Amino acid sequence: MIRVQAENFDVGAEINSLSKGNTAIGAICSFVGLVRDFQHTKDDDTRVSAMTLEHYPGMTEKKLAEIEDIARQRWPLEDVLIIHRYGRMEASENIVLVVTASAHRKAAFESAEFLMDYLKTKAPFWKLEEDDQGQGKWVDARDADDHALTKWEKSQL
Amino acid sequence: MKVLYFAWLRTKIGCAEEEISLPENVKTVSDVLDLLRTKGDAYVEALGEDKVIRVAVNQDYAPLDHPVKQDDEFAIFPPVTGG
Repeated sequence: MIRVQAENFDVGAEINSLSKGNTAIGAICSFVGLVRDFQHTKDDDTRVSAMTLEHYPGMTEKKLAEIEDIARQRWPLEDVLIIHRYGRMEASENIVLVVTASAHRKAAFESAEFLMDYLKTKAPFWKLEEDDQGQGKWVDARDADDHALTKWEKSQL
Repeated sequence: MKVLYFAWLRTKIGCAEEEISLPENVKTVSDVLDLLRTKGDAYVEALGEDKVIRVAVNQDYAPLDHPVKQDDEFAIFPPVTGG
């Protein structure tokens, strides 16, 4: 299931509602991405007090649904939940939640990492960081994220 | 054709969305980018050779040689930074 929303989410409540009533689930893996208060760049360290996530309504949901489909084809998953927020968020707030449920842990662990790697390079979201002076700066994409993706293209999982 | 701009492309160009008419000779993503570059300095700057941009046609990533039609939704944006 995919949700793109401005509001925050409760990680525990989301996990409970996903596993409730499905006794085939033996393993749940969750990943939560948060707003960090420091951004280390090659030039300097900037304190980030908040960020605004812009997205492309329509394409975002389409790409996330495609990513979920690929994961379900690759691993024996009982359920998948992806929640990604947009709008303004302060340091330490939740940005993204990925939950994968399977009979056994290997599929849950691997698919959660796969979903995050795909989401980071394919889902149309853009971060605008705000420093403590209120100045906004668009975050640059990281080559490391593209490299993380090639791992899944090469692997024979 | 509906053209959408996101993130710094939106702020540089100064609008989020606009409607453009495609002349006969505009057949690919690359042709649309060339056409937009004739619309003024802000476009030339935002869509310059030195800029890394992505294009989506009808909400799917599209390469430069991808065909386009008048009723497509055409989006231009920087590499994504979500998650």
